[in-house]
Amino acid sequence: MLKSTIMNENRNIAVHCKGLTKTYGTGSTMVHALNGINLEVRTGEMMMLVGPSGSGKTTLISIIAGVLDRDGGECVVFGHDFMQMKSYEKTRYRGKHIGFVFQMFNLLPTLTAAENVAVPLLINGVKRKEAFDRAREILGRVGLGDLTCSLPDQLSGGQQQRVAIARAMLHNPKLIVCDEPTSALDHETGHKVMELLREMVVGVDRAFIVVTHDERIFEFADRIAKMDDGHITSVESMR
Amino acid sequence: MNFIALKMLMGNRAKYLGIIFGLAFASLLITQQSSIFVGLMTRTYSFLTDTSLPDIWVVDKKVQYIDDLKPLKETESLRVRSVEGVAWAVPLYKGLLKARLPNGNFQSCNVIGLDDETLIGGPPGMIEGKLSDLRQSDAVIVDSVSIKGRLARVLPDGRRVPLEIGDTMELNDHRAVVVGICRVQRPFQSQPVVYTTFSRATIFAPRERKLMSFVLVKAKPGQNLQKLCRRIETRTGLAAYTAEKFKNLTVRYYMKYTGIPINFGITVVLGFIVGIAIAGQTFYNFTLDNIRYFGTLKAMGATDLLLLRMILLQAALVGSIGYGLGVGAASALGSLSGKTELSFRMPWQLLLISAVAVMIICAASAAISIRKVVRLEPAIVFKS
Ligand SMILES: Nc1ncnc2c1ncn2[C@@H]1O[C@H](COP(=O)(O)OP(=O)(O)O)[C@@H](O)[C@H]1O
Ligand SMILES: [Mg+2]
Repeated sequence: MLKSTIMNENRNIAVHCKGLTKTYGTGSTMVHALNGINLEVRTGEMMMLVGPSGSGKTTLISIIAGVLDRDGGECVVFGHDFMQMKSYEKTRYRGKHIGFVFQMFNLLPTLTAAENVAVPLLINGVKRKEAFDRAREILGRVGLGDLTCSLPDQLSGGQQQRVAIARAMLHNPKLIVCDEPTSALDHETGHKVMELLREMVVGVDRAFIVVTHDERIFEFADRIAKMDDGHITSVESMR
Repeated sequence: MNFIALKMLMGNRAKYLGIIFGLAFASLLITQQSSIFVGLMTRTYSFLTDTSLPDIWVVDKKVQYIDDLKPLKETESLRVRSVEGVAWAVPLYKGLLKARLPNGNFQSCNVIGLDDETLIGGPPGMIEGKLSDLRQSDAVIVDSVSIKGRLARVLPDGRRVPLEIGDTMELNDHRAVVVGICRVQRPFQSQPVVYTTFSRATIFAPRERKLMSFVLVKAKPGQNLQKLCRRIETRTGLAAYTAEKFKNLTVRYYMKYTGIPINFGITVVLGFIVGIAIAGQTFYNFTLDNIRYFGTLKAMGATDLLLLRMILLQAALVGSIGYGLGVGAASALGSLSGKTELSFRMPWQLLLISAVAVMIICAASAAISIRKVVRLEPAIVFKS
């Protein structure tokens, strides 16, 4: 376990960022995507990151989820600083503790729904039969019990996102990040997906970050952090 | 994750079949062409294979390969016979003579003249008649392929009637009677093979001072053949080779002085390149098609090692299927060509070589794909 001086006393702080910076490119093409982000995400809440396109939302959750390296500042996730970990340790950590939901779902097109959902368990070395049993079980819970053998292109967008949510949840991760989970869906479907996310994901031990610029789903958040031009401009509590 | 790797691959039908086709094609081309090459090379010394009784072949020093005929004086066989360790030594005539066919056409034949007393050096197997029938007057024994082929009688209506026992033919204007039909290995130039006795061969052949092509030698039991060869050479001033050595000399001559190895070599290399081009390309394209999903797997915790294993498994699967199909098709073509003049030989070493070639193609394809996947930033998963 890595020690960090900035570890907060507060036990329910899951993610802690301070002065976080990130730039892309060099010279004249350099883009300052994050200009000193200060943010805390707690367990048991849905934190929504909102802001205009290009404000750095995706960059920020990429760093928090350990798929992108930061340039400066601090970022601690459940006591771990990814910059202090070797590449394969980071990969392993993601596999065990982080769940992903993407705008374009990213389901493997040649795998059935159940097989897609089972992938994180298979990556973690769970036996195939057990992984598929558990995958079918959770697909039942997201309302797709009859479609476990369907291929992604046989499913509607909303159904695909449900499969993706089941996949992100199956290995019971400590942190779930969703990037624009509803922007490929119509309003009603998006609403249902958000309801499902709230119901499935929010839990006492789990941190939950949703990136969106879709104002219609703001109501689902516990707290909203507004971003602009690589800064957090405000954090407000919704409940 | 093996299961996932295979489903990723096989789910993409077109690419999957494309890769397998490329590999099958490469392995077919490599195996089939090499088999024909090996077959051809075996034919260069088919006469040595057919004539398996002697341990040692004595020839003129300048002879470079089996069909390089430099006749010797007949008395040389007596000198060889007197060398210590020689059990027997007999003369053998070999020459290309023109046969006149009933329809007036000429066909050159490989005429073999066997020692009159012993008939040593005869064909490996008789189909009709006996070897000893050669003792009848004007007798010849003809090989079984030519009687239906180049030596067959062509009727006015175009039908071919095979040569039969009792039929006559003309060899260099001398009458010859077919008394037997034998089985031989196909020779390199596919001429008919005609066996007769040494003295009759010298009658058929144009008159020359020297007419003996080889002295065939059997060593006494327990002789060191290499040492015996050296003794024969010092005693006679001729060259003496074991059958094995003579085969090697022959193959080496054809390899060195004919374009055959280069021609086949080019085809084999082409097969290899086509394999890389089709299979390697398609495999890499398959990886590129899936790059987003490899990225997703990476984000979800798949280590480089795991992804490497998945790609290797995919390559191994298409490799073994492609290899199996290619080699299977090559053997099928080979057995179909068994009844024709085509040379085809597929020893296990050749199967090993084409397996290695397919493995190299797959490994190379996998390597570029793996490189791509290892360098992949998992952050791409959030790109839309
Ligand atoms: N890989 C990249 N290379 C260069 N610039 C990038 C890259 N990714 C993002 N950016 C830039 O960084 C800024 C923030 O991007 P992003 O984090 O995707 O914002 P958002 O998700 O809020 O739309 C944008 O100006 C974008 O163009
Ligand atoms: Mg974004």
